[in-house]
Amino acid sequence: MAARPSTFGNMVLALTVICLVCAGLLGLVQHVTADAIARSDQQKENAAIAAVVPAFDNDPLQERTQVGDAVVFTARSGESAVGYAVKVRTGGFGGPLVMMVGFTPDGTIYNTSVISHAETPGLGAKITDPQIQPRAQVVGKNPATSVIAVRKDRGEIDAITASTITSRAFLKGINLAYDVFRTLNPENNEQQPQ
Amino acid sequence: MSSNRSKWSLVLDGIIKNNPTFVLVLGMCPTLGTTSSALNGLGMGVATLFVLVLSNICISAVARFIPDKVRIPSYIVIIATFVTLVEFLMKAYVPALYETLGLFIPLIVVNCIVLGRAEAFANKNSVADSALDGLGIGLGFTIALTVLGLCRELLGNGSLFGWKFIPGDGMLAFVLAPGAFLVLGYLMVLFRKLTRKTA
Repeated sequence: MAARPSTFGNMVLALTVICLVCAGLLGLVQHVTADAIARSDQQKENAAIAAVVPAFDNDPLQERTQVGDAVVFTARSGESAVGYAVKVRTGGFGGPLVMMVGFTPDGTIYNTSVISHAETPGLGAKITDPQIQPRAQVVGKNPATSVIAVRKDRGEIDAITASTITSRAFLKGINLAYDVFRTLNPENNEQQPQ
Repeated sequence: MSSNRSKWSLVLDGIIKNNPTFVLVLGMCPTLGTTSSALNGLGMGVATLFVLVLSNICISAVARFIPDKVRIPSYIVIIATFVTLVEFLMKAYVPALYETLGLFIPLIVVNCIVLGRAEAFANKNSVADSALDGLGIGLGFTIALTVLGLCRELLGNGSLFGWKFIPGDGMLAFVLAPGAFLVLGYLMVLFRKLTRKTA
């Protein structure tokens, strides 16, 4: 057991030495892993973008535009834009739902991906499955011509069984992303019927 | 009994006689929270194992120099350092697992198994024995969490380690918190019945 008596000096000395050594060690490891952590974060964002827009050959992470809370990444092939990935955050059943919505330049939904969520396992968490009805159904729809809402809200999208709140949050995210997309994309606004 | 044999029994004790989950019933928060699938249980178990071995080694090495009155804060600082280390490493090299375990990784700091072993074993024993004790308890915890995760994933989702072989939804309750208590209770009964015969 502790051989040293608990005098004030001893206690201060012991805690100081321990804290200094620990802080030094943590600083070192943080330094070593910082690059890898940044890279894995970037890879994740890149993969989420690649999943929701058509094939591109630029680096969308370099072409980011912040609109309020949302971020728009522009994917280009050569000079022309082939798609826009909009990252938005809405409130789900269990907490924030962060998702990426991809639009082709005419506003059609190309694909969606859920980046992070806090939904109930087995119920709302099914939103991570790209084959689930609301996710499969919105692909190819254009929010300008379709009502992106669950059937309960007079929309044309099926909700996940027993997870209407999650489905609503997901569709709200799409509408939010579409609003951001329209304010940002003048080419699209010109095409819109007045 | 040869000393070689007693070293083995240090490890085995942690897995069977002093199993942290089924016998000591310590660290219930991560046990119930992270075992919704076998892989999550295994990941949490291995992360705790890693922290437990390192903190046991470190604490048994420095215990002599720490005045009695500040030993708990000292142990917590040492444990927190190793937990943060694990957090950095997981974030960098297994981001997917880090995402699912999320909040439970920093919570290893206050997992009473780790502090419990520091107080009950590491500060009175040699570095080598403490390392073996950490390994045994850590393995016991990992095995318990993996088995718990296996049962819950099988019943709740019809899959094992993410490999789905029963189509459909499964019994949802087992993926949620109530199922964790149920499965843990039955596993404890089973564990005690099995170990009573051998003892």
